[in-house]
Amino acid sequence: MPDTKPADGRLCVRKTYKLFIGGAFPRSESGRSYPVRTPGGDLLAHAARASRKDARDAVVAARAAAAKWTAATAYNRGQVLYRVAEMLEGRAAQFAAEVADAEGTSGKAAARAVAAAIDRWVWYAGWPDKVAQVAGSANPVAGPYFNFSVPEPTGVVAVLAPAGSSLLGLVSVLAPVIATGNAAVVVASEQRPLPAVTLTEVLATSDVPGGVVNLLTGLTAELAPVLAAHRDVDAIDLTGAAPADRAELERLAAGSVKRVLIADEDWAAPPRPQRMLSFLETKTVWHPVGL
Amino acid sequence: MAAKASGRAAPAKAAPPGRGQAPAPAVPAGMTAPQGRWDYAAAPESTEIVSIASEYGLFIDGESAPAADGKQLITLNPATEAPLAKVALAGQADVDRAVAAARAAYEQTWGPMPGAERAKYLYRIARALQERAREFAVLESLDNGKPIKESRDTDIPLAAAHFFYYAGWADKLEYAGFGPDPRPLGVAGQVIPWNFPLLMAAWKLAPALAAGNTCVLKPAETTPLTALLLAEVCQQAGLPPGVVNVLTGAGETGAALVAHPGLDKVAFTGSTAVGKEISRAVAGTGKRLTLELGGKAANIVFDDAPVDQAVEGIVNGIFFNQGQVCCAGSRLLLQESAADAVLDRLRARLSTLRLGDPLDKNTDIGAINSAEQLGRIRELSDSGDAEGAERWSPPCELPSRGFWFPPTIFTGVSQSHRIAREEIFGPVLSVLTFRTPQEAVTKANNTPYGLSAGVWTEKGSRILWMSQRLRAGVVWANTFNRFDPASPFGGYGESGFGREGGRHGLAAYLDA
Repeated sequence: MPDTKPADGRLCVRKTYKLFIGGAFPRSESGRSYPVRTPGGDLLAHAARASRKDARDAVVAARAAAAKWTAATAYNRGQVLYRVAEMLEGRAAQFAAEVADAEGTSGKAAARAVAAAIDRWVWYAGWPDKVAQVAGSANPVAGPYFNFSVPEPTGVVAVLAPAGSSLLGLVSVLAPVIATGNAAVVVASEQRPLPAVTLTEVLATSDVPGGVVNLLTGLTAELAPVLAAHRDVDAIDLTGAAPADRAELERLAAGSVKRVLIADEDWAAPPRPQRMLSFLETKTVWHPVGL
Repeated sequence: MAAKASGRAAPAKAAPPGRGQAPAPAVPAGMTAPQGRWDYAAAPESTEIVSIASEYGLFIDGESAPAADGKQLITLNPATEAPLAKVALAGQADVDRAVAAARAAYEQTWGPMPGAERAKYLYRIARALQERAREFAVLESLDNGKPIKESRDTDIPLAAAHFFYYAGWADKLEYAGFGPDPRPLGVAGQVIPWNFPLLMAAWKLAPALAAGNTCVLKPAETTPLTALLLAEVCQQAGLPPGVVNVLTGAGETGAALVAHPGLDKVAFTGSTAVGKEISRAVAGTGKRLTLELGGKAANIVFDDAPVDQAVEGIVNGIFFNQGQVCCAGSRLLLQESAADAVLDRLRARLSTLRLGDPLDKNTDIGAINSAEQLGRIRELSDSGDAEGAERWSPPCELPSRGFWFPPTIFTGVSQSHRIAREEIFGPVLSVLTFRTPQEAVTKANNTPYGLSAGVWTEKGSRILWMSQRLRAGVVWANTFNRFDPASPFGGYGESGFGREGGRHGLAAYLDA
């Protein structure tokens, strides 16, 4: 395990990597953990190995938080997301080191990924109070009715984070989910979960209400079916699922007519609004016009 | 409303089948109706405009052809149980052929065609539907059992309007908000229900074709005839062969279609149970999917609502098309303080509804579409009795032949009753009560469905407060069951995903 250089001979304090559920940092209720290694095979830490019960608890926490987060003003949500960028910026060096360890990339490449992740939060921070104007409409129906369509968050979205890109990929799939008022249950990259755990510390200090983002670390193949089949999960992003597992997860998701997104992307490329729009419902309201 | 005072003596036998009950309370209080002078004179729409062939083939690659294995099914007039025609029952070989024709058309004609040219074909179809509107309306009422006033004033005009609306998008897709160069998906397999046969065909075909896709449409087993007439319209409009293919058949035809590897897109309207099956069948194939499924809409009436309008809205909400509507307002939520008054008016109004010959221009309630559906309505209604709800129907004699169910209200319904949870898809209204707006929202949202909702109140801020909290794709405030091609329609939750109508409806058929 990497230790920061004990220049003065002092022994550093290592971090316990835990889950993030309902705004708290519990260990797995199962008491399990699993070793996380660098691509080179060096042990980095033991991360919590979340159980099916942890996944269900996370859904409960997300459902409880979703109502309040949805009801927050779009302006407020935008500011919270911007605050995430601010907090991340302040810890950029720490994230660069963790990303370099997790992904086995050079410090320079890791720093670029962290910078892109920060900028991605900023990009999404601008969306909450604009997406309704882009995705909504006033509808000219043939009759004396006032008719308009507005996008609304789907509710609770399960996200299987990309396996490779431990921070930028994660932010690229998480930010669009919560920007629009959804609550998220995220399964971190199985092999590279540590930057994700550290990101939850940023979220916890950025006024993201507890439960809006919940993070599970562990075995994706163990957790994904629980979330895909869970009847109180409204949508699932399967981008981080192994390609061979996707069809079965889609079948499980069909049981409650979940919205399913599978969209492999180049995370370094400029983002587009599509991912955000995938987790929105369009609500159309009619009212008669008259005296 | 029930008795039309024509002044002419109506021969007794002219009364439509089943309308045996004396329409007593037809005249507003205060006016006296001399007893016995108000016999109803039937006003049937002529069927002379429609010629139904004895047999119909499949419409594949611009031509009519029998099923490869020669199988047929018989479509009935649900109001009389009389056979209307024999229709081809498409099998796997026919599905293969239709998908191949659609693929060829996508690659060779429709795909490469400029949007402006596609638009003109769609405008032609819209115009042809308008020209032949009465013919379509009569045929729809014959095959489906719905009242002619609904097919004539709602189904057919809206179907034409849908083609007209989406025609205009065909050459403007780059301005629809899906990027500078949105591409069609390819070949779409579309499976539609029997409750609005032509209208659902229009909802599926118009946006798909406007976006540049080609289509294989599978109409419902019991209502194939207007889709086949639409195929004739496509042919006469000069639509290139293979752009629209119509495969009549049964459930296995639809299953074979959605499972076909040659499709890029599957669109389905129908029950949630079948929607889930289709979703499983499509899983892992990469086909794009949109689903418009069942519903159990709450129609919420506050004590400050204008009662007469609300009662009309309640009636329209659950008895339009015999309640065979996915967005039907099948759960009536009445604020306690107004419940008795609304129910009294509602019962009085139901007593004036005319049930009978779908082709009679004054008929309000037509036939149930099939024996199977009638069985389901009966089974669920009986569960209402068994679970302790109180059933009420106006005095109403049902015709001896055909599939009929009287307008029915259940009171004393609790949220756990099956009639409050399951989609009945018939003229059966479950009445529940609430005290506070919050309670109304909680009860309204207490369902896996989320297609539509109604709110009746004079208070504007409450309408908006309720609209924000109701988990439903369409909220009708002080109105119900309104549809328009420019207005997105579709569900939350287990009512499906994707929207039909408006700019949003294009997203289902574009690779954006």
